[in-house]
Amino acid sequence: MKILVPVKRVIDYNVRVRVKADGSGVDLANVKMAMNPFDEIAVEEALRLREAGLASEVVAFSAGTAASQETLRTAMALGADRAILVETAVELQPLAVAKLLAAIVAREASRLVILGKQAIDDDAGQTGQMLAALLGWPQATFASKVAIADGRATVKREIDGGIETLEMPLPAVVTTDLRLNEPRYATLPNIMKAKKKPLEVLTPADLGVDVTPRLQTLMVAEPPPRHAGIRVADVAELVAKLKNEAKVI
Amino acid sequence: MPILVIAEHDSAGLKAATAHAVTAAARIGGEIHVLVAGSACSGAAQAAARIAGVAKVLVADAAHYAAQLAENEAALVVQLVQGNAGYTHVLAPATTHGRNMLPRVAALLDVAQISDIVAVEAPDTFVRPIYAGNALATVKSTDAVKVITVRTTAFDAAGQGGAAAVEAVAAGPDLGLTKLVGRELTESARPELAAAKVVVSGGRGLASSENYHRLLEPLADRLGAALGASRAAVDAGFVPNDCQVGQTGKIVAPQLYIAIGISGAIQHLAGMRDSQVIVAINRDAEAPIFQVADYGLVGDLFKLVPELTEALG
Repeated sequence: MKILVPVKRVIDYNVRVRVKADGSGVDLANVKMAMNPFDEIAVEEALRLREAGLASEVVAFSAGTAASQETLRTAMALGADRAILVETAVELQPLAVAKLLAAIVAREASRLVILGKQAIDDDAGQTGQMLAALLGWPQATFASKVAIADGRATVKREIDGGIETLEMPLPAVVTTDLRLNEPRYATLPNIMKAKKKPLEVLTPADLGVDVTPRLQTLMVAEPPPRHAGIRVADVAELVAKLKNEAKVI
Repeated sequence: MPILVIAEHDSAGLKAATAHAVTAAARIGGEIHVLVAGSACSGAAQAAARIAGVAKVLVADAAHYAAQLAENEAALVVQLVQGNAGYTHVLAPATTHGRNMLPRVAALLDVAQISDIVAVEAPDTFVRPIYAGNALATVKSTDAVKVITVRTTAFDAAGQGGAAAVEAVAAGPDLGLTKLVGRELTESARPELAAAKVVVSGGRGLASSENYHRLLEPLADRLGAALGASRAAVDAGFVPNDCQVGQTGKIVAPQLYIAIGISGAIQHLAGMRDSQVIVAINRDAEAPIFQVADYGLVGDLFKLVPELTEALG
């Protein structure tokens, strides 16, 4: 069984983002970039399935500019066998990425796609579900435990009221939540080895996919600022403020 | 320009999130229909009919909607949108149910989804948070049908007093793709976290599950509050996952949010920064949580929290 793991190059989760003065977007110049944290969890899960003998190959995928090669090398340093980049300068939205992935799944005959549940840049949380829809596959989003046996997946999912367990036949799409696993770190020898692993570069046209954005961003603005209030000296002062000033208790 | 709102429900009753999504639909403007897809869900349908501003409640009652699985429900929604009603917008609350199901609808309709909107600028233009709420993007959709999830804290709940017609609709196909094995739902007599007026939230500073419950529960009881947690507290197993407040957990905006032993990572602030009043109790005077707190109390939470509970008695 081949597992496909899409990874996205995003701003590092520790970086405080700044909105550009002209309102056209977020300033990404000279900002530390990294693999989307949920995708690291996806890579880890795929590797564990391969290490357990349940998968033959883990293929990493990314779409975007050539800079995404770096993210794919990271995935291969973690243990992915090879990588595919769909290179384009067009701003990619989730529907377009899902269409690219659907084309890759057909080409690669992948039986399982594990994605992050959302990317921490656009916070859209759509690609996995859209891919499942386009392929007509079952989906298990927000996964906190994945078990594969006899061509079926049993997945625990984090839902608003607690945990839900679903069972589905493969092929299927799984999206990862935070507590699915603890991703490993890449070792130096593996980082060196990853440089020699195959990385194929395609274009959207190679796959016959129209990636034209459907949403137009008119403006990006800072949220209304929230200012630090005051320090209270003790519990008595806090309670008095909450009662008399804020009037919330 | 009819708008289809997907109800959040448990068959017997309707979840509050639905009424918030109805308000977002009202901002867009147009006749509002609410879809209740479930099994033996007339209780939820009747409750939806009482929401002010709802013109019609559509009920798809079939065994294969009992578990509210995304595959079957999305197929039903697509069938309704492609029918004669001429829906221009499909809205669902941005709950785990809506976030799971709705992108499937969008892909099957070959349209974009606009996730987690916090404002309606025009029927095709919406504001949504990006980068954990550190920026707000105004986006315009060029698609014929707008598929939208709604951040419930950004829209007040629509009122009661409606008397919408309740109409049965034909069920869609049973795709038989997934099977629900079971649900372990957290039982609690406290208010629902996402809708509570007061939230008492704990973090790593509490150091253990035992401390979390021993210190925070009496305080939450005094205040009639829901209990929340930072990711660190959930990862450490102090409380179940559904208590997590933050970018990837629940988004809350209560009248009062009390953060106890929470340092205030960007990802946590994303989930609570729209609270009306924020109180932070932390021993680290430099903790980022104090940058957003209206009232900050620096000190030992093991001493201060019982004192606060006592003072509220």
